[in-house]
Amino acid sequence: MAVAGRAGTYPRIGGSYANTPAYYRRGLRRMAFTASVTLFAAMLLSAYLMPFAYMLVTSFKDRDQIVASATGPVLPVDPLTVEVNGREVPLYRVPIEGEVRQLALVTPGRRESVFVDPDTGEEVTWEGAWRTLDPVYVFAPRTGNFAEVWRGIDFPRLLFNTAFIAFTGTAGTILSCVMVAYAFARFPLPIKGTLFMVLIATIILPKQVLLVPTYAFFDAIGWTGTWLPLIVPHFFANAFNVFLLRQYFMQLPRELDEAAMIDGAGPLRVLTSVIVPQSYPVIIAVGLFHVVFAWNDYFEPLLYTLGRPGLQPLSVGIQQYNFIYSQQPHLIQATALLGMVVPVALFFFSQRFFMRGIVITGVEK
Amino acid sequence: MSTHPSRTGGRLSPLAREQRLWGWVFLSPWLIGFVAFTALPIVASLVFSFTDFKLTSPEDVSFVGLGNYRRLFVDPLVKVSLGVTFKFALISLPIAVVLPVALASLLDSKWLVGKPLFRTLFYMPYVVPVVSAIFIWQGVLNNSSGWLNRILRSSGVLGPNWLDDVNWIYPALVIIGLWGLGNAFLITLASMQAVPTAYYEAALVDGAGPFARFRHITLPMISPVVFYNLVLSIIGLMRYFEVPFILSNGTGRPGSSTMFFNIHFYKTSFVFFDMGYGSALAWLLFGVTMVLTGLLFYSARYWVFYAGGERG
Repeated sequence: MAVAGRAGTYPRIGGSYANTPAYYRRGLRRMAFTASVTLFAAMLLSAYLMPFAYMLVTSFKDRDQIVASATGPVLPVDPLTVEVNGREVPLYRVPIEGEVRQLALVTPGRRESVFVDPDTGEEVTWEGAWRTLDPVYVFAPRTGNFAEVWRGIDFPRLLFNTAFIAFTGTAGTILSCVMVAYAFARFPLPIKGTLFMVLIATIILPKQVLLVPTYAFFDAIGWTGTWLPLIVPHFFANAFNVFLLRQYFMQLPRELDEAAMIDGAGPLRVLTSVIVPQSYPVIIAVGLFHVVFAWNDYFEPLLYTLGRPGLQPLSVGIQQYNFIYSQQPHLIQATALLGMVVPVALFFFSQRFFMRGIVITGVEK
Repeated sequence: MSTHPSRTGGRLSPLAREQRLWGWVFLSPWLIGFVAFTALPIVASLVFSFTDFKLTSPEDVSFVGLGNYRRLFVDPLVKVSLGVTFKFALISLPIAVVLPVALASLLDSKWLVGKPLFRTLFYMPYVVPVVSAIFIWQGVLNNSSGWLNRILRSSGVLGPNWLDDVNWIYPALVIIGLWGLGNAFLITLASMQAVPTAYYEAALVDGAGPFARFRHITLPMISPVVFYNLVLSIIGLMRYFEVPFILSNGTGRPGSSTMFFNIHFYKTSFVFFDMGYGSALAWLLFGVTMVLTGLLFYSARYWVFYAGGERG
């Protein structure tokens, strides 16, 4: 680094001189900051996501492994055994003369035990309590839980129910919210401002106030015990998505609308060939929000599919199954995994649309 | 071509009238939905609350005047469940407001490498269905086999019985709720990144340290989003139901510490089908929510800063 003398010829970078001690000190400091902040964030993230690891690990264990893991290894493992003289015997890690050897326990004893080296057949007598030794484990995940849970909750049926409710609702939400947002963004209506305030106010309204009469109404027209109360209301727009779409439509240039109108396009044509093609990202975001909402929804499906197990979506089906099997963590975690796999996969595949949509709803407020 | 209605002698031009008609057509899904699924149910709910309507015997319904509202004062569960809801709100609201800001500051740091990945992964638990999340946390928080207590034990601390101890159930509910902070965190981060860098440069010239810059530039600039998160958190708390309901199967255990207001409401209305009284409970909650959000909106003028000056 020491290029002699004349400081004036060093290139200036960020107020400091490159290739000087000060420059390198600064670089080091920067690296230390970067490393520690990133490391801290990574630790925080691991703690935040740790429960997923618990779920994964537990859902791949069987009952014996669950019992063993209460005090022993965290991963789904089995103790390794070898055949010695026609007998299956467990392998242990035995410390002998400063090295740890993997030996098969042939004759367990309280004070001393006889081990056999599985490779050479050599007999070793080891003094000490064999129960204090660590067994040799082999990674042995079990997939049986998923098969059992799959049948137990009738996963294909629940998945179909959830997907049907979610996707018809999504179609309804997109259709209705795009229309309503278009009306709010582009049409001169007399009390539009007031109506928009009313729309936004419905966000604050607690759902409970509406729930009792709505339920009584759906019951009176025979819709309880069907999917209709979970689907039909979504064909009538909702405040969040209308707000999101309206914000987006408002910042689209009106010149394109007007050009299309001069070419003879009616309002519906302007919507379908000018507004919608420019708005795919936000329309996709609305669709994603609805799918995630429907997958997550528990309360209303619980109310309206009560006593009709064949109609339940995943959320309700999983909860009721686990209510019966509440003492079996491996089955419970397997259902938890099955319940979240679709929305999480959807999120990872489309996170750009997803996160942009959220940012629009939040920041524009 | 004008997009505004041009009035000719107090009457709309045919073009403007046609435009208006289309506007109403496009608005109609919401208008119909608002009347059918919001306005009418509100009126019906109010009417119900003055009757002894029971879904199991809908034919013999009669007006009971203020009877249901009087019952609110003598029903011991109303006091208990409101107390539980408020107590939990006091613990969880500060966390719901502060944590997203803290996390967003971390992810906004210029020292952080791999920001997009961190942002995605910190947000991800938000899309996990609540039922799955509850079962996962129930395992993690288990007294003996749960990972949290195992980690504590390995560092020499005896972890509490999170889910069965009245003193630890609220912290446990807060921990479960952490996965629901993704939305608040993400919009806070977005609004932090939208703060013009010129402000920070000017503050640097004036010799402001990192803390002063956060206090006097970042905080005021993101205050509208903090306000928005606070409003949504309060609404969320007033709707809080799934987590305690699934954890305790609606029993309110341990003790009556998870007998949240909505569990009482749910049981009254949809287990006992006592819908007249259920409606009165709903209106009580509605009143409380209105008062709280009203106070919040009133307070906004003192601490929420709108850069354009268009509000406030």
